[in-house]
Amino acid sequence: MLRVDALTIRFGDVVAVDGVSLTLAAGERLAVLGPSGCGKSMLLRAIAGLEAGDGTVSLDGVNLTDKAPDQRPIGLMFQDHALFPHRTVEQNVAFGLRMAGNAPGERDQRVHELLALVGMEGFGDRATATLSGGEAQRAALARALAPGPNVLLLDEPLGSLDRHRRERLIEELPDVLRATGTAAIHVTHDHDEAFAIGDRLAVMHAGKVLQVGPPGEVWAAPASITVARVLGHTNEVTEGAATVVWRSDALRLDPAGPHEAMVERVHFRGVEHDVRLRTPAGQPLRFVLADPPAVGDNVRFSIEPERVIRFG
Amino acid sequence: MRARKNIGGLDALMLIPAVFIGLFFLFPVGTVVGRGLAGDGLDAVIDLARSQRQRDVLRFTFWQAVVSTVLTVVIALPAAATVAGLSSRARRVVRSIVTVPFVLPTVVVAGAFDELFLATGLDAGAVRLRHTVWAILIAHVFFNYAVVVRVVGTAWVGLDCRQAEAARVLGATRWQAWKEVTLPRLRPAIASASAIVFLFSFTSFGVVLILGGPRRATLETEIYRYAVSRTDLTTAAALAVVQLTTVLGLVAISTWLERRRPATTRVARRTRTLGSRAGRRVNGLVAIALLGGPLAVLVERSFSTGTGYDLSHYEALGTRVRQLPAPATTALWNSLQHAVMATAIALVIGVLASVVVVHGRSSLRRFFDLGLTLPLGTSAVTVGFGILIALDEPPIDFRTRWWIIPVAHALVGVPFVVRTMVPLLRSIDPSIREAAAVLGASPSRVRREIDLAIGARGALVGGGFAFAVSLGEFGATSFLPRRPDDLTAPVALFRLLSTPGDLLRGQAMALAVVLMVLVAVSVFVIESSRGTTEGAL
Repeated sequence: MLRVDALTIRFGDVVAVDGVSLTLAAGERLAVLGPSGCGKSMLLRAIAGLEAGDGTVSLDGVNLTDKAPDQRPIGLMFQDHALFPHRTVEQNVAFGLRMAGNAPGERDQRVHELLALVGMEGFGDRATATLSGGEAQRAALARALAPGPNVLLLDEPLGSLDRHRRERLIEELPDVLRATGTAAIHVTHDHDEAFAIGDRLAVMHAGKVLQVGPPGEVWAAPASITVARVLGHTNEVTEGAATVVWRSDALRLDPAGPHEAMVERVHFRGVEHDVRLRTPAGQPLRFVLADPPAVGDNVRFSIEPERVIRFG
Repeated sequence: MRARKNIGGLDALMLIPAVFIGLFFLFPVGTVVGRGLAGDGLDAVIDLARSQRQRDVLRFTFWQAVVSTVLTVVIALPAAATVAGLSSRARRVVRSIVTVPFVLPTVVVAGAFDELFLATGLDAGAVRLRHTVWAILIAHVFFNYAVVVRVVGTAWVGLDCRQAEAARVLGATRWQAWKEVTLPRLRPAIASASAIVFLFSFTSFGVVLILGGPRRATLETEIYRYAVSRTDLTTAAALAVVQLTTVLGLVAISTWLERRRPATTRVARRTRTLGSRAGRRVNGLVAIALLGGPLAVLVERSFSTGTGYDLSHYEALGTRVRQLPAPATTALWNSLQHAVMATAIALVIGVLASVVVVHGRSSLRRFFDLGLTLPLGTSAVTVGFGILIALDEPPIDFRTRWWIIPVAHALVGVPFVVRTMVPLLRSIDPSIREAAAVLGASPSRVRREIDLAIGARGALVGGGFAFAVSLGEFGATSFLPRRPDDLTAPVALFRLLSTPGDLLRGQAMALAVVLMVLVAVSVFVIESSRGTTEGAL
């Protein structure tokens, strides 16, 4: 089990990571969701040993805090891959095995296994510069997995891909990790990706981990308004003295409903529509509806109480 | 796909650099080659090959260039790492400081080292450096330190440090990550820096002439000895042919390496500084001792009277001594005038030639590529020698014209202009030209608003180098006939230095300091106008 305890990283006066504690069970996948600049990449770099900070990092009871990156059984897949441009795909994948001192025969076999695992058979001799975004992604994944790290850290691994490839890799990535039995921390700013990949979800903001739990639970019951915002909730409404959040699926069009708003915009999204409303008080609201009203209409609606998020 | 270029009006302008390079470079050098290979010239080449002395000279020329290159790379590589780890502002300051030695007149540097050896008692006894091979090697490291620091340091800054980090995470130790990932990526830069250093050491003239003493000779000093001291022009031409052939081979190799140098990523991230504080301190000390030591001695000696310090050596510069045809101040004034003219010529020729190299028709481009690479590699000695023997008969008896010195200096300066201009012009994204055209700019207007506006900074930097180089030019000038009106500061300095005894030593040091200050000022002007661009040289 990976354990991160009270990890803090400072750059001068800036606190990039602020007292983060996390655990990761063997074979588990933890998604870390947070806006850019929240310190999530820094957190991964510190776990990999590339940044020094206060606090401890340990794996299966062994304290890794003072160990150099090459002394930690932890892999890191970089944003934008960081493939070695002067080496072929095969040589990239073999690099970690070579560092570990594996025999060449063993090495070749493992490289082939991994290239097959990520669907890159036959790409071994290619120069990395000739790879497409998706191919480079797969090569980087194979390279990171090759030395058989106990824990793999993934820093926005799908960030540079187009939508189609992204969706495919979101499905394939957990399969590959399961096949190798690798525990993983997957950092992203995209909540769909985080929900799809993580067994558990950690929400990070301004250097702090605000909430950890299964994605469904965290989404349904954010611990604070900040968590709700990171998760993509936008409808903040004052109810008496408290602030609550209406989930985007909470609206029922209802001529007898207690609320009123004007339809400002409707974006067609295929199965559903993204509907923007504005209340007479001037507050913007955003809902998802299958049958949207027309732009410019004044509508009355009610809110389903079980889809309202209350805090504290 | 290449957009169609409309250069109609430019064709005529292209004649200017073509005629200039043809008349003052290709024709003279061609004459040297013709003389070296024709009739008795060929016999001279054969005689050379038979002569033990000449074989030794050739072997020594190669040997000292190889050792100079290895020493420079070994000493300057850690410094390149340290420089790459600095903040961009600190990097700029360090780069300008190490660049001063690179453009210092060879005569000044040789004088400074000579004086350093005398001052530290290394001129005789157990550890004798004066008039030994070591003196030459150390001076070559002094000159070329900047080449390695700048070329390799710039490449290092451009490296994406995440690749080394990826290696660390994959289990590579710090040393393995350097050896397996960083070094291979730097190799092209190291190779091309080495090629430049080798070329400079191979064609080094003033340093060998002064520091090597009477017995150490390289091809360059041998050409000088035969052409000027013995007036055996045939043997000198034969030597020049050997020299040219070697240099052309080297230039071909270095151009090839240059082409293979991969483009560095623009948006390299740097999350932590390379090199420890200790590394920075060690490199700082090496640089101060190597680069600062000789120059400090130079300055100290220029003020010293033996018993105290005053300005007497500087005041003496105004009076003519027997060894010089004119006072040293006249020589300085001449050099300044020459430098201004040489810079103007080098700018006109260099800018026009750069435009052809980047935009011209392919046939023209090839001609200019060749015509411009040659002066870069050809030593100043060969250029001077060529002018001496080729431009000696009417209607082109130019040897004694007042403008021949600035022209010779401009030939040495043009490559600097071209080397800074061409990458800059090439870096202009064609789409911004197209954008200007779509916004209504005519082709000539596009050239003015885009290419010239962007290229101007490169021209300034290249012109600055041309100015500094002209101020200190010695190799080519030493071949041209001397007239009192044309005495240049480096030639005057050489004569003062080669006068035995201490009498003129102080005056020589004072003259060297003045030259050094002039050159240093132009380097700092260049570096401050360079702005944020990270050019290599």
